[in-house]
Amino acid sequence: MATAHTATHSASAHDHHDDHEHHDNFITKYIFTTDHKMIGKQFLVTGIFWAIIGGLLSIIFRLQLGFPDMELYWLKPILGGWIDDAGKLDPNFYLALVTMHGTIMVFFVLTAGLSGTFSNFLIPLQIGARDMASGFMNMLSYWFFFLSGVIMFISLFIETGPASGGWVVYPPLSALEQAMPGSGLGMTLWLVAMTFFIASSLLGGINYITTVINLRTKGMSFSRLPLTIWAFFLTAVIGLLSFPVLFSAALLLVFDRSFGTSFYLSDIYIGGEALPNTGGSPVLYQHLFWFLGHPEVYIVLLPALGITSEIISVNSRKPIFGYKAMIISMLGITILSFIVWAHHMFVSGMNPFLGSIFMFLTLIIAIPSAVKVFNYLTTLWRGNLIFTPGMLFSIGLVSFFISGGLTGIFLGNSAIDIQLHDTYFVVAHFHLVMGSASFFGLMAGVYHWFPKMFGRMMDPRLGYIHFWLTFIGVYMVFFPMHYIGIAGFPRRYYSWTNFEFSNMYTDLNMFVSVAAIITFGAQLIFLFNFFYSMYRGRVASLNPWRSNTLEWTTPLHPQHGNWPGEIPTVYRWPYDYSKPGASEDFIPQTVPLSATPESNLPHEQELVKLEKAIIADEEEVLVANESKES
Amino acid sequence: MEEKFAYVENAEQPIAMHPKKFALWLFIVTVVMIFASLTSAYIVRQSEGNWLEYDLPSIFWYTSGIIVLSSITLHWAYASAKKDDLASLRTGMIITSVLGSAFLIGQWYSWVALVDQDVFFVGNPAGSFLYVFTGLHALHLISGVIFLIIVLISTFRYQVHSKNLDTMEMCVTYWHFLGGLWLYLFMFLLLNH
Repeated sequence: MATAHTATHSASAHDHHDDHEHHDNFITKYIFTTDHKMIGKQFLVTGIFWAIIGGLLSIIFRLQLGFPDMELYWLKPILGGWIDDAGKLDPNFYLALVTMHGTIMVFFVLTAGLSGTFSNFLIPLQIGARDMASGFMNMLSYWFFFLSGVIMFISLFIETGPASGGWVVYPPLSALEQAMPGSGLGMTLWLVAMTFFIASSLLGGINYITTVINLRTKGMSFSRLPLTIWAFFLTAVIGLLSFPVLFSAALLLVFDRSFGTSFYLSDIYIGGEALPNTGGSPVLYQHLFWFLGHPEVYIVLLPALGITSEIISVNSRKPIFGYKAMIISMLGITILSFIVWAHHMFVSGMNPFLGSIFMFLTLIIAIPSAVKVFNYLTTLWRGNLIFTPGMLFSIGLVSFFISGGLTGIFLGNSAIDIQLHDTYFVVAHFHLVMGSASFFGLMAGVYHWFPKMFGRMMDPRLGYIHFWLTFIGVYMVFFPMHYIGIAGFPRRYYSWTNFEFSNMYTDLNMFVSVAAIITFGAQLIFLFNFFYSMYRGRVASLNPWRSNTLEWTTPLHPQHGNWPGEIPTVYRWPYDYSKPGASEDFIPQTVPLSATPESNLPHEQELVKLEKAIIADEEEVLVANESKES
Repeated sequence: MEEKFAYVENAEQPIAMHPKKFALWLFIVTVVMIFASLTSAYIVRQSEGNWLEYDLPSIFWYTSGIIVLSSITLHWAYASAKKDDLASLRTGMIITSVLGSAFLIGQWYSWVALVDQDVFFVGNPAGSFLYVFTGLHALHLISGVIFLIIVLISTFRYQVHSKNLDTMEMCVTYWHFLGGLWLYLFMFLLLNH
């Protein structure tokens, strides 16, 4: 934790440099860079790498679930000893696959890959800043994440296998080496990797908040911020408050594992022998973990919702419906996310009265969520819709947010949760509302801001194919899971064909697995499109989506510092699309109100006078300065 | 003129806080969250029973006194820096660093005192929690002492004076925070053990 502090101290002042002639060599430009745009791309490419790994792991365990009798000899070259002599997947490795899939997707892909990419890339560009508050801390944030990834990657290849206690790593399973092979070295590496990940998230979060508050350009008030920035800002606030708690939980777990303390362990017998630990409480870990774990859901989701707000507004050619309602509902979600954690623990032996309170608080979250959905739909309503791939993915997000959100109301009920807890119903719920929705937000963002990142367009036709295959595929994968979940089919079971209550679901499981493989295959289209377009794509125009926000006023390939001259001043909110009276259907934020008398609303006409006075004042100063220089 | 002022206010010019000072405050927030979660964990665990009762080491009273004293001397040093009184600044910084180190040594002896009454890190969580609180706080305090020494060195290079107080001010903020954090932990332990 001390690192963050020294970093603050030693970082050189990068705030106001007007010198754009940076002569970077390969290492300072592409590797140890302090440019927020390159760091964003680093997060993106690393996130894509992890998404492939995480996806492949899920395909392997889907093979086991969908085709329990399949012989997997052909996987032996990759998995080696994890495929036994009969060609079966090792049950312990199955648990490791599930655990690693969860950890990788939640933290490495949808936290670092989504928030890391777009917060870094968009915050300075959309608020009109040269770079982040501290470029050095930002670089450190990426490299801590990278190091965390390296450690997690190594843990996949060790003999006892990676951590296997589920991505929540509940003790005592995770605390005792004797419990399962994955709780040995694999679990230690998991904890070390997560420590670096927490440090990375905090360094990033501190930077995002500082930048949004301190480095906005002239005129960029909070009420003129694009909703993307609001979302990234609130995400960073949530991360800043919740990741330290995960650190506490992990710290006590480390003490239990390696020093013999009893924070989470009590009265445990292994092989008839009592362990010395007494007085610990495993529920304590669950409280600490879910105090991060639930806000984490919104850390993953809010950036995707922010990206969607922006893209839907741009491609509907309409102002976002209910800008303030959007901000208030995001604030509401931020606050509520911290007081609902125990709805993950309804069946953990917690006091049922406490369960009722958490049920009540949980159901309240439906209100801001519904406000957001309503606003998305009303923005789309009678808009001049342009179906770019980014727009399609945004609409896909709204669809998942609705269908996955509805099942959240079921699961939030402490009584219904007794039946549904730890079944595939839960798996279906969070994969739709958190996993797929956030993934679609990530995809939408990549398609939409690719021209700004690489100066070229992605191929839209491949984008459409990618979208439809993924969209239909995701529903094919997760919709059947609701049915088997209601029937009581449990999560994390390696083998289910021997049980009376579950052995009739062979067909559905097979169907889900095939759909999962096709959906994963469809991502290869995206990968090709992404890397091909980076070098061979059509060169983008300066503002390909005819968007209002500041990032499109930069050159095609912005250098470190973003704008070659003065940072543009902002005169209006970012959603002036199809304004009555205006000649174009969009008015960028940099256009003064005085330049658009034909479309100004009465209260804006009032502001024109003040604006003119200020512009005149500034010109005076400018002229005075110039005459001084000459 | 008045109207224009209203407009500027309306446009909410970016606040004038130094970005690094602001980042320090955010870092402090993360430290607060760590200790808030640990102390809540303490209360939750304590309410479940099977809780070892023992006496808090009395040396905590002395170390608390030392940490308060160190905040006072640091404030004196800061006031001297504002007045460009370099000699008092250096004296103040040296005394604060010494007091900070004395606090750390005192905390070490509190552990010795705990071991003497058979309260170990490994055992009932009641004792383990105390070691975690003091240990984690001491770890942060070490970073604070390092920060003090960095500022002390820069006073000898004439880099701290009334025109250049940013680093000094950050150091002062961090140190007062760490002192306050200890007082909170001590008070919390007095009330909840």
